[in-house]
Amino acid sequence: MRSLYAIYRKEMGHYFVSPVAYIVVAIFLALSGFFFYLYVGAVLRQGLEMAMQGMPSEMDMPGEVMRAFFGLLSTLILFMAPMLTMGAYAEERKRGTMELLMTSPITEAQIVVGKYLASLTLFAAMLLPTALYVAYMCFHSDPRPRWSLILVGYLGALLLGASLLAVGSFISSLTENQLIAFAGSFGASLMLWVIDFSVRGADSTLGQVLQYLSVVRHFDDFTRGIIDTSSLVYYVSLPVLFIFLTVRSVDSMRWRRA
Amino acid sequence: MIEVEDLTKAYGSVTAVDHVSFTVNKGEILGFLGPNGAGKTTTMRILTGYMPATSGTARVAGFDVFEDSLEVRRHIGYLPEAPPLYPDMSVETYLDFVLRIKNAPAEKRRSSVTEALEKTNLVDKRKELIKRLSRGYKQRVGLAQALVHDPDVIILDEPTVGLDPKQIIEVRNLIKGLAGSHTIILSTHILPEVSMTCDRVVIINKGRIAAVDTPQNLTAQLKGKQKIHVDVQAPEKPLGELLTQVPGAGRVEVSPVRADGHLTATVEVLPGKDIRSQIAAGIVGKGWALYELRRISLSLEDIFLELTTDDATHAQSSN
Repeated sequence: MRSLYAIYRKEMGHYFVSPVAYIVVAIFLALSGFFFYLYVGAVLRQGLEMAMQGMPSEMDMPGEVMRAFFGLLSTLILFMAPMLTMGAYAEERKRGTMELLMTSPITEAQIVVGKYLASLTLFAAMLLPTALYVAYMCFHSDPRPRWSLILVGYLGALLLGASLLAVGSFISSLTENQLIAFAGSFGASLMLWVIDFSVRGADSTLGQVLQYLSVVRHFDDFTRGIIDTSSLVYYVSLPVLFIFLTVRSVDSMRWRRA
Repeated sequence: MIEVEDLTKAYGSVTAVDHVSFTVNKGEILGFLGPNGAGKTTTMRILTGYMPATSGTARVAGFDVFEDSLEVRRHIGYLPEAPPLYPDMSVETYLDFVLRIKNAPAEKRRSSVTEALEKTNLVDKRKELIKRLSRGYKQRVGLAQALVHDPDVIILDEPTVGLDPKQIIEVRNLIKGLAGSHTIILSTHILPEVSMTCDRVVIINKGRIAAVDTPQNLTAQLKGKQKIHVDVQAPEKPLGELLTQVPGAGRVEVSPVRADGHLTATVEVLPGKDIRSQIAAGIVGKGWALYELRRISLSLEDIFLELTTDDATHAQSSN
């Protein structure tokens, strides 16, 4: 376990020094903040219009904002997750440090999990400030929205990120080129996103299966406050699967030509 | 300490390592000599547990390199051809990281880092970022990393490449100082280095072992093949004929006339004969000017070239 922690520490250190991490977080926070502001404005305007027309406002304003905001978050996560993982293996292989790691008494699993946890930590840290906007809004709402709803939504966002980071981790371990890692991870994530596109609302078996596989569908449920066991299973199985694949991929580096 | 038996590594149709066998005794320094692509790096990578062999076995400190890979790796320090450095770390941080992944005990980390820095003369670069170091210093950090956890076995792939002469001497002394308490394999192109630092040498070519012996034994073996070198002013063909006719002379090689009108030639001497006086008499007798006559003993370089070049002709080398 000491080795795993050593890898984790090293990765976190690299995130601090790498411009990519700062840029990703900055863009994420800027966009999320900007859109949050827009959503609040739009919802308030709508409420005002309804009031002026004499219609009693039964609108759940914070809820509306949250729904739109979580939708945006999921889209942002789709773009940002591949960026956080694209460099994980490319640099190591280019610098030859992969050889150092693989000739040390440390298992591939420790390497992969250490790196993964670091990317997850950064992701969580990136998500955290957005809670500030949400908290601010909640304090100024009357009546206050249910905390549990928001917490569940963020849990969903975390799980979504964890899944996409695992996918990105795997794709990144397959190539030495960061650009290819990004494109591949993004593509794979997108496929998992829209996999149920053609069968929305269908009741056929195939439809059900594809809907279950969609990585964003479960997140939508979370944002509505629904924690379904099947969703939890999905959100645990997917990262486990892709981390496993990453470990095999790293192991296969031993067989590639010098 | 290290036993390699019938080790083979094939990549598809290319056999990088071909049924290689050798042993390294505890405390010994073994040199690995061979041209590029001979299989040195591949062999080292198999020993360090980086890649598996196609067939054959290798044991380090009693552990099989394939079956007990993790255990083997605990006993090994390895410096690959290009030092595996993290540019954004400081030297200290990097060595500390290496200690962690080598499972070194936490209490000893600080002192181990300091000791490694002292041994490689890096103490004043302790807090420096690796990316700011010159090539020579980077190489030293690579070396420090290979010995920081005090491993039983140290495997070095071209450890003195990129160093200036002073640093090369320091590194060689460092390596010699490590022998006895550590077992060392080092691969190199620099032939004098092998004679100076290694107890024994393995010469490897095209994946196969060409020779295994002490540097002294190898040079002694080929001492029979001495050569005489002459520098004269003489016509090419007659000179060649004269030299070939000297009793006790073997193969003669005459190089083309130089710009200054001189010709050089080498004569292989059959064992046990000293034909220098006859050559001198012959040349002077023909009225040719003799500028230089000396005896060349085959150096390790010649042996190396002899054993590794398919071509029968090879260049002259100095004593």
